[in-house]
Amino acid sequence: MLAVNFLLLAAALFCIGVYGVIARRNAVMVLMSIELILNAVNLNLIAFALMTGAVDGQVFALYVIAIAAAEVGVGLAMVLMIYRNRKSIALDELSEMKG
Amino acid sequence: MLAAEAAELSSGWFLENAWLIALIPGIGFALIIGFGKHLPMKGSEIGLLSMFASLVLATGAAIQWVQRTNSAGEGGEEAFGIINSITRSIPRATEGEAEPFIEPVVTSWVWWSNANLEFGIGSSVNGLAVLLLWLVAFISFFVQIFSLDYVRGDRRYTHFFASITLFSAGMLVMLMAENMVQLILGWEIMGLCSFLLIGHWWEEEANSRAGLKAFLTVRVGDVGLLVGTAILFFGANAWAVDNLDSNGFNIGAIQAWALSGEANTQFLLWGAVALFIAAIGKSGQFPLHTWLPDAMAGPTPVSSLLHSSTMVVAGVFLVAQVYPVFWQGFNIDGGGLSMIAIIGGITIIIAALLAFVQDDIKKVLAYSTVSQLGYMMLGLGTGAWLPAVFHIFTHAFFKCCLFLCAGSISHSASHHSFDMKKDMGGLRKKMPITFAAWIVSTLALTGVFPFAGFWSKDEIIDNVGSNGYDFLLWVGLGGAALTAMYMTRATYLTFFGEPRGASAGEYHEDDEHAEEHEMEHISVGAPEPRSLSSAANTGHGVGDEGSAGDESHGGHGADDGSDHHDDGPHESGPLLLIPIVVLAFFALFAGLANPTPLASRFGEGIESMKKYVEPRATPVPFEEVIAAGPGESITIIDGRPSTTPSAEEGGEEGGEKSGCGFTAPEPGTACFFPAVSHAEPKFTKILLSLGVVAAAYAVAIAFNVSYYGRRNKHLVGLTDRSKVMRGGFLFLKNKYYLDYLYENVIVRAIAHPISKATYWFNQHVLDAAVNDVGIGARKTGEWVYDNIDQKVVDGAVDGSGRIASESGRGLQPTQSGKVSQYGALLFGAAAVGAIVLVLVNVS
Amino acid sequence: MNALILAADDISVAQNVGFGIIAALMIFAALSVVSSKNVVHAALWLVVVLAGVAAQYILAAAEFVAVSQVLVYIGAVMVLFLFGIMLTRAQIGKEPGLNNTGWALGIPVAVVLFGLLAWVIIDQFGDDVLPDRGPTPTVLLSDQFLSIYIIPFFALAFVLLAAAIGAIVLARKD
Repeated sequence: MLAVNFLLLAAALFCIGVYGVIARRNAVMVLMSIELILNAVNLNLIAFALMTGAVDGQVFALYVIAIAAAEVGVGLAMVLMIYRNRKSIALDELSEMKG
Repeated sequence: MLAAEAAELSSGWFLENAWLIALIPGIGFALIIGFGKHLPMKGSEIGLLSMFASLVLATGAAIQWVQRTNSAGEGGEEAFGIINSITRSIPRATEGEAEPFIEPVVTSWVWWSNANLEFGIGSSVNGLAVLLLWLVAFISFFVQIFSLDYVRGDRRYTHFFASITLFSAGMLVMLMAENMVQLILGWEIMGLCSFLLIGHWWEEEANSRAGLKAFLTVRVGDVGLLVGTAILFFGANAWAVDNLDSNGFNIGAIQAWALSGEANTQFLLWGAVALFIAAIGKSGQFPLHTWLPDAMAGPTPVSSLLHSSTMVVAGVFLVAQVYPVFWQGFNIDGGGLSMIAIIGGITIIIAALLAFVQDDIKKVLAYSTVSQLGYMMLGLGTGAWLPAVFHIFTHAFFKCCLFLCAGSISHSASHHSFDMKKDMGGLRKKMPITFAAWIVSTLALTGVFPFAGFWSKDEIIDNVGSNGYDFLLWVGLGGAALTAMYMTRATYLTFFGEPRGASAGEYHEDDEHAEEHEMEHISVGAPEPRSLSSAANTGHGVGDEGSAGDESHGGHGADDGSDHHDDGPHESGPLLLIPIVVLAFFALFAGLANPTPLASRFGEGIESMKKYVEPRATPVPFEEVIAAGPGESITIIDGRPSTTPSAEEGGEEGGEKSGCGFTAPEPGTACFFPAVSHAEPKFTKILLSLGVVAAAYAVAIAFNVSYYGRRNKHLVGLTDRSKVMRGGFLFLKNKYYLDYLYENVIVRAIAHPISKATYWFNQHVLDAAVNDVGIGARKTGEWVYDNIDQKVVDGAVDGSGRIASESGRGLQPTQSGKVSQYGALLFGAAAVGAIVLVLVNVS
Repeated sequence: MNALILAADDISVAQNVGFGIIAALMIFAALSVVSSKNVVHAALWLVVVLAGVAAQYILAAAEFVAVSQVLVYIGAVMVLFLFGIMLTRAQIGKEPGLNNTGWALGIPVAVVLFGLLAWVIIDQFGDDVLPDRGPTPTVLLSDQFLSIYIIPFFALAFVLLAAAIGAIVLARKD
C-alpha cells in the first residue's frame, strides 16, 4: 500500500475539518470539526509510524487521543457555561466585538 | 628772520579759563531747574550769582586781554603813542614793522574726533569776543536784577530765571566759539531760549504764536547758517589741513583761508551769502525782520536782554567774527556795493518808518532796534568794522536802558499796558528818574554829542561816506533823522501831555474792566491776516497786536503783592531803578571807550576799541600756528610779525591798496583780518550829522506839540482827508504787507499745496500701501487658511487620522470575534505561507 | 500520477480495497459532519468517521491505538458531545441556521489547503511504499511510554486530572 494513501486521506480529513471550523455556527459543531482535524493528525502519525517502523508515532497518537479527550471535556464545559450565560452557542452571536 | 624779537604774548588765568564764563551760567541753569523752586528767592539767586560770577570772570578776562595786547612787541608802547595826523589811524610800527597780530587765547577739548576731523569745544578769546563776553555778562546781570522785581509773582518765576540764565550761557558759548560747530551750538541755544521766553505767557495764543514766529523766521535764516558752514568747511578744509594743521570748521582757519588768496571765490561768495542770510534772520534785517516786533509779546526783561542788546547782535557778531569771508566774498575791499550794505541800508529806513505808526512803546523800541542793527550791518558791509562793533557796544547800553524804562513805566504807571496813546502821558512828573534815564538814552540813540551813540553811529556814517558809498551816507543820515523824529514822538506821548488811561489812575476801579480790556486786545491780537479786513479800524491799530495786553494778563497771574494798585502812577522801586540808572550812566559815557574824533587831539591811545578789539591785519607765519591740545591753553601763534613788505599797512599813498585783505600774504604766512580803512574824522562831517539830527529834533518837537498837544486842526485827521496820506499810513500800519506776504502768500502757496500733496500722498499712497498690505495679508491669510491650512495641513492631519481610523476600520473585521473567521484566517494564512515556503524551496 | 492508482502491482489488493472503501466512507461521513443540518446527525456521522479512523489504524498495524480510539473517542468523547448537544438545547430536527454567514469562505481555504498538502505529499512521498508489517506488540508501546516518554506520561496524567477538575469547576451550577 502506498504511503500516500494514508497521508492523502489525512489531508482530506484535515481540510474537511478546517472547512467545518470555518463554516459552522454552533460551538459544538466547531468542536466536532476540531475532532476531525485531530483525527487527521493522528492518522498521519500512525502512517509515519508505519512507514518508519518506529512505534513513536503510535505513542504520539495515543497522547493526542488522551489530550483530545481532555480538551473536549473542558471545551464542552465552557460551552455549557457560555450557554448558561448567553442562552446561545451560536458563535457569531456570542461575539461582542464591533467588527 | 625777524628783526625784533617779540616777547611771548602774555596770557592769564582768566583768558585761559574763559570757558568758565559760559559754563557757570549753564550750571546755574541746571541748578535752577533742579532746585530753584525750593529756594527762598525761587531760583533767582542762583541766576544772579552765576551772572555775577560770569561778569567777574569776563572783567578779569578783559583786563588780561588788555595786558596781552600791551605785551605784544617791545615797541608796543611807542607804537601806540605815535601821533598820526596824516597817516591812517592804525598804529604803525616803527621802521615798517606792522603791529603784531594778537592771537586769540584758545582752550579747547576734543569732544568728537572722526577720521581726520576733530571737533573741539572750549573757548577762543580774542578782542571782539572779550568785548562781547563782558557786555553780555554785564547786561544779563543787570537785567536779572531788574527781573527780580519785575517778574515777581509770575506763575513761572523760576523757569523765567532758568531760561534767561540758559540764554546767557548760550550766547556766551557762541561768543567764545573757536569753531563753527560751537558757534552754531550757542546760536541754537539762544534761539531756543528766545522761543521759551517770548512765549513765557503761552496761555495766550498770541504769545505762543509770536514765539513760534520768532523761532521759525530765525530758522529760515539758520538754514543759511548750516549751508554756509558746510560751504566754508569744504572750501577751507583742505587749505587748513595743509597749512595750519587745523580743519575747515575752525574760525581762525576760515579767516586765514579767506585771506590767503588761494580761496575759491565761489566758495567765498556763496558761503558769505549763506552766512549773511543767517545773520538776516537772527539780527532782524529786511526781509526777515518781522519777528522782532512780535517778540515784544515776551516780558520786558526779555525784550531788553535778548531782543535789543544781546541776541539780535549775534548775527552782527557772526559777520564781524568771520569777517574775512565777507570781505573777500562780497568784495568789500574793492568798494563794491555789497549785499550786506544794501540790506543794512534798507533795514535802517524801513524800520525807522515803521516806528512812526506804533502805539505800543515796546514796538517803537523794537523797530528802533531793527533800524540800529541795520546801521551795524551797513557798517560791516562797507568796511567800517570797528564802528559797527563799537555800535554794538554802545547800542546795548542805551537800548537796554530804554526797554527797562518802558518796563518800569508799565510796572509802576500804566498798569502793565504799553499802549502810549491809551495809558501813558505826562509821566515825567511822576517818574522823574525813569524820565531822566529815558532822555539820556534817547539822546544816546539819536547820536547827540557827547552821549554814547554819537561816537559810534556817527563813526559808522563817517566811514560809510569815506569808503566811497555816498548814497548810503545819505541813507545813514536820513536814518539818524528819522530816529530822532520817532523817538521824539514816543517820548512826547509817554512823558508829556496829559495823562491818559492807566496813567491817569483810571484802571484800578475794576479788574473786570482790565480783563475785558485785555480780552479785547487779545482778540484783536489775532494773527495778521485775519485782522487785515478791518484796515479802517485805526483805534485798535491793525498793526498793533493788542499792545501787550497779553503781558498785563500774565502779570495778574499770581498775587502781585506790589504796591502799585491803588496809588496811580509812581516811580518804580529800587530794584527796577538801579539797572536803569547804571545803564543810563553807561549810555552817557560808554562812547568814551573809542572817541575817534578826539584822537587827533588826545592821541590814538584813547581809541581803546581800536587798540584792543580790532584784530590786526598782520600776516603771521604758519609754523607758529599750532593747535590747542585737550584742555590746554596754548597761544596759537607766537605773535612775531613778518617783515615782508606785504605786511605793511597798505596806504593810499601807493594808489594801490596792499596788505592783508587786498593782496595775498606771503607764502608761509596767514592773514586773519583784512586791513580795513578808518575814516579820519573831520569836523565838517561831524557838524553835518549833528546838524541833521538837530534839525530833525526841531521838526519833530514842533510836530508833536502841535499834533498831540494842541491838536492842530490842520494836522489832526489828515489821514482821513488825504488819500495819499491815508495810503501811506495804512501801508506803514500793515508793515508793508510783509507779514501778509509771508503768511498768506508764501507760506500758504508753499505750505498748502505741499500739505495737500503730502496728505494725498499719505492717504492714497502710504495709507493705500499699508491698507493694501493689510488687505493682501488678509487675503493671503484667507487663501492660506482655505487652501493650505484646511486642505493641505488639516488634510494631512485628517488624512493621517483617517488613515488610522480607516485602516483600523478596515482591519476591524479581522477582530470580529467570530471564531470561524479566525479559523479561516488562520488556515488561510497557513496555506499561503506554506505555498510560499514550498515555492521558495522548490525554485 | 501512478501513485494515485490504488491498485498497483506489488500491493496487496485486499488491503487497498479495504482501505479504499473505508476511506470513501470516512470522507463522506466527514462531509456530512460539516454540512449536516441536524446537530445530532452530525454527531452520529462523526461517530462513523471515528470508527473509520479506528479501522484505518488496524490496517496500519496500530491495533492498540485503534482500540484506544474506539474506547476513548467513540466511547467517551462522543458521549460527551451528545451530552453537550443535549445540554445546550440543540433543536431536535433540522436547524436552519447552522452555518455561518461567511461559510463560503471556508471552501476555497479548504481547497487551497488540500491542494497544497496533496501536492507536497505527492511530491515527497509519491513513490513510497508502505512496508508490510505484522501487528505491533503493545509491549513496544508500553516500553516507550514508560521509559522514553515517561515524563509526558506523567504530564498527561496531570493534564487529565486538571481537565477533569476544570470541567467540573467550570460546569458547576452553583
